[in-house]
Amino acid sequence: MKPKTKKLLKELGLTAPSLLWLAVFFMLPTLIIFAISFKPSDPLGGVGQGWTLNTILALKNPNYPEIIWRTLWMSGLTTIITLVISVPVAYHIARAKPWKRDLLLLLTILPFWTSFLIRIFAWKSVLHPDGMLKKFLLFCNLISEDSLLLYRPGTVLLVMVYTELPFAILPLYAAVEKFDFSLIEAALDLGAGKLRAYANIFIPGIKSGLLSACLMVLIPSIGSYVIPDVVGGIDSMMVGNVIAQRTFVDRNLPHASALAAVMTIVMFLPLLYFLKGKKQEDGSATPAKEVV
Amino acid sequence: MRRSKFPAVLTWAVLFFFYLPIILLVLNSFNASRTGGSWGGFTLKWYAQLFSAREIWSALKNSLLVATVATCISTLLGTCAAIALHRYKGKIQNVHYCLVYVPLVVPEILLGISLLLFFVALRIELGIVTMIIAHATFCVSYVAMAVLSRLQDFDNTILEASRDLGASNWYTVRKILLPEILPGIVAGALLAFTLSIDDFVISFFVAGPGSTTLPIQIYSMIRRGSMPLINALSTILLAITFLIILVVQFIGKSQARQEKN
Repeated sequence: MKPKTKKLLKELGLTAPSLLWLAVFFMLPTLIIFAISFKPSDPLGGVGQGWTLNTILALKNPNYPEIIWRTLWMSGLTTIITLVISVPVAYHIARAKPWKRDLLLLLTILPFWTSFLIRIFAWKSVLHPDGMLKKFLLFCNLISEDSLLLYRPGTVLLVMVYTELPFAILPLYAAVEKFDFSLIEAALDLGAGKLRAYANIFIPGIKSGLLSACLMVLIPSIGSYVIPDVVGGIDSMMVGNVIAQRTFVDRNLPHASALAAVMTIVMFLPLLYFLKGKKQEDGSATPAKEVV
Repeated sequence: MRRSKFPAVLTWAVLFFFYLPIILLVLNSFNASRTGGSWGGFTLKWYAQLFSAREIWSALKNSLLVATVATCISTLLGTCAAIALHRYKGKIQNVHYCLVYVPLVVPEILLGISLLLFFVALRIELGIVTMIIAHATFCVSYVAMAVLSRLQDFDNTILEASRDLGASNWYTVRKILLPEILPGIVAGALLAFTLSIDDFVISFFVAGPGSTTLPIQIYSMIRRGSMPLINALSTILLAITFLIILVVQFIGKSQARQEKN
């Protein structure tokens, strides 16, 4: 055997297990979503015979544009709020003394290791009509007896920000830690205002961290299902809830599949944008280094 | 330069926000009042009720079984994937990298529904096996990334040197490569295990009769509204998680100290 073929065989031997596993159990099912969108449903809750366009046409359901729009603005707003909070927090953690930095990082990561469902449930019991927060707010005269804290779009937003914060803080922390703060001092020495120095130098300096934090928050938010399901109501349903409803309540798998196909397409747009941005950044980084 | 106090205040406010619901939940698990709005006195009765709930124990058993098998499969596959990705470059590895990376960013609900449709299309009965396959699939990527980050500074020429000096392939892997990446493998396996134990969305889609895992059980308890019981169960799970993290942190610290000495 030629050494080249031998090397290729070795590479394939090492690559094949994970490559085949992911091709069969990840890529193939993703493609199946698109295929089943063109299948009729069957009354037993399975997938019918033959091909049809009716499933796709059923997406014209008058409620859907509203739900899709809500999914987009809620995940967009979650991303913006999360990023606005995370940047100063990441800044503070990255600039703290080493022992304090380790402690703050640990405290940030710790809730992320606890069960996702439990954290959402904890909010449900805090915001419950008989819960502590309502009593406290009533005591402060901030709300009236009949106001509802649970089952509203604002509740879903609050809990989404709560669960996504660590995912934004960590990549931002990594970016801030690498940032060279003498650049800020230089800008200040050259007469820039503090605000201008941070807006024009610090924010572009942590751009890669901002981008990945954005992606880490936006994509799971678009796919949210448990949070609107547990703390949300009818007027805070998102696409994920409809997919689950079609799957478990109506047992109409092709319809759920068509919705999932739409979500896959919507989700790949920011992902492609991110990957493109990353490539451009890699491309522009080299000439900049040469200039320095 | 005078530093603004704002980031510090915000950081502590965020941490307070992180822990407030968790602390209230733990307190409420000892609260005799059912709704938790007021303090009805200290009690352990919810814990007592919890221990006699048989479906929780069988759900825990399923969770541990699924997590253990899925962790073994994904650790094996993920480690091979990371070594291949680090060692070889080219078209195959570009495709390979995409397949490993994309599941990390795809929302769980899409992984769940796509696997459900896949199993339905192939007429595979849903149950523990489909659950294990699903969990192993999303864990492979996390293990691969953990091992890959450990391999980042690893110099492949060391392996060639070892082979040039007459060591067999297997000996080289066992004596040089594995000890180097072992911390990455352990970290990846731990991550896979926690993700698997914690997973609800994907499990919910591919679960069949008799394969109820702990998160699915908790979800149905939330739906049915047995709040005090979930408080108690959550407190126990939180205590276990925090204990494990403390132990891992402690081991990490003492290891770092040893390496320094």
